[in-house]
Amino acid sequence: MSTTVQRTPAPVPAGGTHPAPVLSVRNLKASIGGQQVVEDVTFSVPATGITALLGRNGVGKTSTIKAILGLIHRDAGTVELQGQPIQALPTHRIVQRGVGYVPEDREVFAGLSVAENLRLSERDDHPRRELVESLFPDLVKRAQQAAGSLSGGQQQMVSLARALMNENRVLLVDEPTKGLAPKIVGEVADALEEAAKTVPILLVEQNLAVVRQLAAGAIVLSDGHVVHTTDSATSFLEDDTLVTRHLGVGTGPAHEGA
Amino acid sequence: MDTILLLLVTGIGLGAVYFLVASGLSLIYGLMGVLNFAHGAFLTLGALIGWETARVMGADSWGGFALSLLVGCLVGALLAALTEFVLIRPLYERHIEQVLVTVGLNLAAIALFEGIWGTDPVFIQGPTWMGMTTNILGAQVPNHLFITILIAGLVLAGMVLFLKRTRYGMIIRAGVENRSMVTALGIDVRRAFTLVFTIGGAAAGIGGVLASHYFGYVSPLLGGSLLIFAFIVTVIGGLGSLAGAAVASVLVGVLQQFANYFWSIGDFVVVILLAVVLLTRPSGLMGRKVATA
Repeated sequence: MSTTVQRTPAPVPAGGTHPAPVLSVRNLKASIGGQQVVEDVTFSVPATGITALLGRNGVGKTSTIKAILGLIHRDAGTVELQGQPIQALPTHRIVQRGVGYVPEDREVFAGLSVAENLRLSERDDHPRRELVESLFPDLVKRAQQAAGSLSGGQQQMVSLARALMNENRVLLVDEPTKGLAPKIVGEVADALEEAAKTVPILLVEQNLAVVRQLAAGAIVLSDGHVVHTTDSATSFLEDDTLVTRHLGVGTGPAHEGA
Repeated sequence: MDTILLLLVTGIGLGAVYFLVASGLSLIYGLMGVLNFAHGAFLTLGALIGWETARVMGADSWGGFALSLLVGCLVGALLAALTEFVLIRPLYERHIEQVLVTVGLNLAAIALFEGIWGTDPVFIQGPTWMGMTTNILGAQVPNHLFITILIAGLVLAGMVLFLKRTRYGMIIRAGVENRSMVTALGIDVRRAFTLVFTIGGAAAGIGGVLASHYFGYVSPLLGGSLLIFAFIVTVIGGLGSLAGAAVASVLVGVLQQFANYFWSIGDFVVVILLAVVLLTRPSGLMGRKVATA
């Protein structure tokens, strides 16, 4: 019997695999309109805490999240949710299996009221209304207001609330603090920290102070590939060489704000 | 004065017919991004089978008229649901193919209807009262207009209630705004697709029966001529907006009547209105802004 030729494994540094990860992505490739935007991405998300998905603008962080959800065309690769393959399922089935999504730019339904936005997100007979109301009391007051008339921060609360309304196995949260005032950034971060006590989160975030506050591990993308994974986002962010190389920014005081 | 009033009511009546066609077109486009060229076929089949029903029941009886409306509504709904399920659904997310298949269905349907019912218009009648007129401030207003306006009003009210008060209505409103986010909340938006087609087809079927009373005949070409104006109404009102479709229907209907009466250029004026709206408000009177990337 001839020996099988070992395929060279993708260059994933230590820390890339976790015992019983909630989400495993292997060799995922995805494209938008024929243009490849995710080129062979492999990583896994541990079953607890917040894992940051980092990288420069345009490296495919949002596309990776969308590919996991089937919102863009997956060309190849596997995605497993607690060991079950989900890469062939349509988006709504993936979400029904317990993948919550907080999209970049919030994507609230502007013409619907806050209450309607939340009701739409209720997937079963046991919506966690009390949890959501205790996390975002402001939304209770504004229940009848059109979501489009809310401020960016309030819209982000609606978007987060929609994802927290159901019991999920993992949350995919894409740039939740983008374009928000510093005070609101803190509120969003606190809400995520609270949420992370009950559900693991894969977080795309540009604000490194927020990453430092929230993230346990980190996965770093560059040119559509995973170039670095770590169990300690903090130690990664303290390594100036790595940060400059992979994120293209220093970690000076300018990024300590918020 | 009486002429003005008569033109106004006639225009609103025509607008009511336009609305019954345009409301479905607008919802279907808004939710699915499909310009449904087969919508006229839903209307025509509703009108033709509605008329057959009325004839069997006695065309001058109210029972026959009511039943023809019901049958027209059901026929339109059924054909529309079938169209979505058999032709549109397999082409999910392929908008150009979806539009082409509706164009093809429309051509095939007209040919089939002509084969069965012939190409000549068949003149119809309804209950005697509908053929008479009522004097309003000196204007002799045909009674069938009141029925048409009343029923279109009820359809509008029903659609608004459905969209505002039911979960599926909420899904449709959300889907018109952002379809992919609806699926990302774990909702199978395709079920809503079948639903808007069915609702649109039902309204078009009712519109077919009422249009045949408005014009006084049924013909396999009834839907085609109305569809053009319904498209114009839909664009003027704003694709995806039910309220926009309602306002634009009446606006176009009334304008067309006046322009026809005084200068015989009703159709021309409507096209000019379309151009003006497109130049000044490209998303229509009540359409949402075109999404930016």
